[in-house]
Amino acid sequence: MTRPSAKTVIAGFIPLLDSALLVAAARFGFAEEEGIDLKLVRETSWANIRDRISIGHFDVAHMLAPMPIAATLKLTSLAVPMLAPMTLGLGGNAITVSLPIWEEMKAHGADTRGDPGSTGQALPKTIGSRRNKSGDPLRFAVVHPFSGHAYELRYWLAAAGIDPDRDVEITVLPPPLMPDALLAGRIDGYCVGEPWNTISVQNRLGRIVTFKDAIWPASPEKVLGVTQSWADHNAETLQALIRALVKAADWCADWDNAEDLAHLLAAPDYLDCAPATCVPALTGKLQLETGLMLEVPGFLSFAGPDALCPTGADGLWFYSQMVRWGQAAYSQQDAEKVVRTFDDRLFREALGTGAAGNDLSQAPKPLFDGVEYDPADLANYIASFPIRARPTPV
Amino acid sequence: MSTSLSILVIDDNRIRASIIEQGLRDAGHDRVILIDQMDGLVRQITDIDPDVIVIDLENPNRDQLEHIFQISRAVRRPIAMFVDKSESGSIEAAVDAGVSAYVVDGLKKERVKPILDMAISRFRAFSRLANELEEAKSELADRKTIDRAKGILMKSRGISEPEAYDLLRRTAMNQSRKIIDVAQSLIIASGLLEG
Repeated sequence: MTRPSAKTVIAGFIPLLDSALLVAAARFGFAEEEGIDLKLVRETSWANIRDRISIGHFDVAHMLAPMPIAATLKLTSLAVPMLAPMTLGLGGNAITVSLPIWEEMKAHGADTRGDPGSTGQALPKTIGSRRNKSGDPLRFAVVHPFSGHAYELRYWLAAAGIDPDRDVEITVLPPPLMPDALLAGRIDGYCVGEPWNTISVQNRLGRIVTFKDAIWPASPEKVLGVTQSWADHNAETLQALIRALVKAADWCADWDNAEDLAHLLAAPDYLDCAPATCVPALTGKLQLETGLMLEVPGFLSFAGPDALCPTGADGLWFYSQMVRWGQAAYSQQDAEKVVRTFDDRLFREALGTGAAGNDLSQAPKPLFDGVEYDPADLANYIASFPIRARPTPV
Repeated sequence: MSTSLSILVIDDNRIRASIIEQGLRDAGHDRVILIDQMDGLVRQITDIDPDVIVIDLENPNRDQLEHIFQISRAVRRPIAMFVDKSESGSIEAAVDAGVSAYVVDGLKKERVKPILDMAISRFRAFSRLANELEEAKSELADRKTIDRAKGILMKSRGISEPEAYDLLRRTAMNQSRKIIDVAQSLIIASGLLEG
């Protein structure tokens, strides 16, 4: 029973494992304990999430971390200033390729345990031999242009000397269609969140070659998205919601609860899949291929010290990749807007841990290739990439 | 009307798509194309080269569609989202009705708005129809349930059909329940007792 004084919050979500905090908060009493009646609305596309939060159908939403940045910088339609006051999950994505591509990569020396440097290095030769055979470039799919998936895939390719805009094709597909597209031979690989990699592995369609936590350790994937205006008008409710979601995160992060969580998420109202496909990722396991289960404790994580607190440095990394791939132009003002979008103040106030003031000197862990990321020197960081989009002639 | 606009309707619900198509044709738009197949969307859009695209919000391919617009190489003219800020009322109306639209850059709002308004009203009409159909279906199911309950009473108590219905009705009234609820629990109960 919800208390009569409970404040209703409507949240849009996409059926993915990292909608877990919202689902657990709504279903296991964490929201109610904070006086919130959390109503979840399942959506079919990120475009719908963006449109419906923008016009006020949703108060908050499960969003790809770069989406609130794209909205704040007016890079998409129906753009309104937004905030990402909390991370809803770290990691959780993987890159899967078709079995024939994997056989070639293996022949070119790809690491069998998901090392992104090694698997990436095996790709240029694979692309070359494919070009000699059929003339077709390799095709990859991601879930959205403004997504961690897009930037992780592109970073991995570019680190191996592959220009993602010239040497391969990258398209956008809804996650549930990716295994089918691999089966139909329409794509050769994809980057997506779980369970959509595992499903291809279990159906012997594909092979996981690397994953987000190996590309960029402990990095944010989904965030709680709110419009600036909703946050301003509902400050107390937002703080209560953050507290509820943090409690839900502690529960979800406990692997003893993984079976219960998998059953909840697999239900028809949420992911509508077999609970068994959800369990591995929720317990730090990743099946790279039939018979090869890798232990990756940080594969998908929901909690940990400060793990869910947004940082300006994380926001700026996404912005750096938007600029790198020609989705945005760099400016100091926009960089400041990005830092404000990923402001940690609301999160710290909600938990009573005081304001840290978005200290950029605490840079996140470097990415797999060891290239130093200094968020305080973003323009030079972007300029340092040998492969990046060239400005299109007007 | 000068040159007529070509309008692409993307909707995998064929009935709804044809309702929209009919509406647009009735309003004098003769270049309306329906797509319910998402395969090779880029090529289809390049071939059709539409001025306006109408897509239902349930369609999971909206993200792909917007990506296609972003890589403008794929389409001859850059396609911008139709709904701009000055039109917040019609944005809400569209989302409420479950439809979204995109137009090529540079088209005059006066030419596009009637198309969106038409799509919105046809989407609304469709969901009204769908609801009515759903209600009709459940009414039919209710009637079957009540018939089964009557049959059980007729057999177990040796009474006539009108008497059985009367018994159901009186039981419902006495307990402030719906007849269908009484009929359902009666069927469940007798099913449990049978074995």
